[in-house]
Amino acid sequence: MTLELTTRRVLANHLDHPKNLAEHESDFGPINRLAITIDVLRESGITGRGGAAFPTAKKVEFLLQQRRATRYVVVNAMEGEPAAHKDRMLLATNPHLVLDGAMVLANLLNADSVIICIAREHVTTITQVKAAIAQRGAKRLQGPSFEVQTPPGRYVAGEESALVHWLNSNETLPQYRATRPSILQIGRGGVLLDNAETHANVGLIARHGAEWFRSVGTAARPGTTVTSVTGNGKALVVEVPYGTPIRSILSDAGIEYEPRALLLGGYGGTWLDGKHLDVGFDDDSLRPFSAGTGAGVIMALPHASCGVAECARIVDYMACESARQCGPCAFGLPAMADDLNALASGRGATQSLSRLLHLSEVIEGRGACRHPDGVIRFVRTALSVFAEDFNHHAAGHPCPFARGPRISYIPHQSDVKDLEWE
Amino acid sequence: MRRTVTFRLVVDPVRCDGFGHCAELAPELVTLDEWGYPVMQAEAFPQSDRELHRSAQLAVRGCPRQALALQKIISA
Repeated sequence: MTLELTTRRVLANHLDHPKNLAEHESDFGPINRLAITIDVLRESGITGRGGAAFPTAKKVEFLLQQRRATRYVVVNAMEGEPAAHKDRMLLATNPHLVLDGAMVLANLLNADSVIICIAREHVTTITQVKAAIAQRGAKRLQGPSFEVQTPPGRYVAGEESALVHWLNSNETLPQYRATRPSILQIGRGGVLLDNAETHANVGLIARHGAEWFRSVGTAARPGTTVTSVTGNGKALVVEVPYGTPIRSILSDAGIEYEPRALLLGGYGGTWLDGKHLDVGFDDDSLRPFSAGTGAGVIMALPHASCGVAECARIVDYMACESARQCGPCAFGLPAMADDLNALASGRGATQSLSRLLHLSEVIEGRGACRHPDGVIRFVRTALSVFAEDFNHHAAGHPCPFARGPRISYIPHQSDVKDLEWE
Repeated sequence: MRRTVTFRLVVDPVRCDGFGHCAELAPELVTLDEWGYPVMQAEAFPQSDRELHRSAQLAVRGCPRQALALQKIISA
């Protein structure tokens, strides 16, 4: 095994219990007097780890320009993406590092509270984070207060506007924003919302500086990525520098087979043909293949599986996870799922291929959030990566694996017809 | 330096319930998809086009859900 390739920065080496404050301070150094300046943050070039890869310093600057009496720092550990489990892994090993990052950002912004959002289904993580907050409370540190909020764990619940809307009015619904960059606010206070992994990295930048942070990764995306790798019944989390070839990430995670294709970024992400294993895992290297890293997800689809059937299954799930606010998403995604299901079974699928292409054109960019656009990106890259399979299926000759077991993980949806939205 | 002012009809997809009045009031700017939800013309129209401006305003006022807005785009 090539474990040396793994660069452990934010993930802890021992994974059996979350580090308590004493262990954390002996590993990373004391947490009092920890601080970061906007210049250090800007020089570090850190980008958001939640999928959009937006420069964190820009977010902070944008918020500093607004005159606000109160500001909030929100840690997004919702992880609604079924193929991702990195935020949970991070909080289960190094919860204090995430809290450190949130603390220094709160101090930089003069914010007096930090809100950590964890899906209420992730009970263990909630307990672990609450324990970590209690340990810090005993130290009587200067700085922001910490609280845990637990919205329901739906796919779109972690979308920034949906999350902030939940904090405001207990509804996990994405909001329409006429202008961008959109201004997020809780009450009248400004909000800085970042992924938990981003906060953990800020906690390290505050200690080691911008230069250290830039020493691994690529120029455009410095640092490491905590990547959730799934395939053949295994689900692992590895931390590697951005730009690491996908082949070595897979071997790090212990996936030995040559995959047929890779799903990158998540269920709203992109497919990449299995022959491009030597491409680096960062957005610049992946762009020529119209793929991206997204929220740091790699799903390796083995040869003995059906890409069409996997797509049908995932789009089915994504259609159910639509908040059903916008017509094009509420009606368009189920229509796409129907076509994909017809293709997967190979029955009555002659029109389905052209209909899928037509639907992607029609739906694109017409939702309040990017949920439908993610599905369209997913379907489009699937159509090009599995082009041959799709043609066979459309001609009524599904592959032998179409009826076999699926490898993509779909969370249990108790009653699909009547999903409850809070 | 002359600034050019153009307009675009935009819809709030959350508010929109697919009544379809906009497609009747501004057929030049709005078409309906297969579920009856409006697809807006992507390119903006110039300020000089009074006719289009007029139908866009009608569509904005005629929307029962008040989901439409006329967006002014100023480019240098």
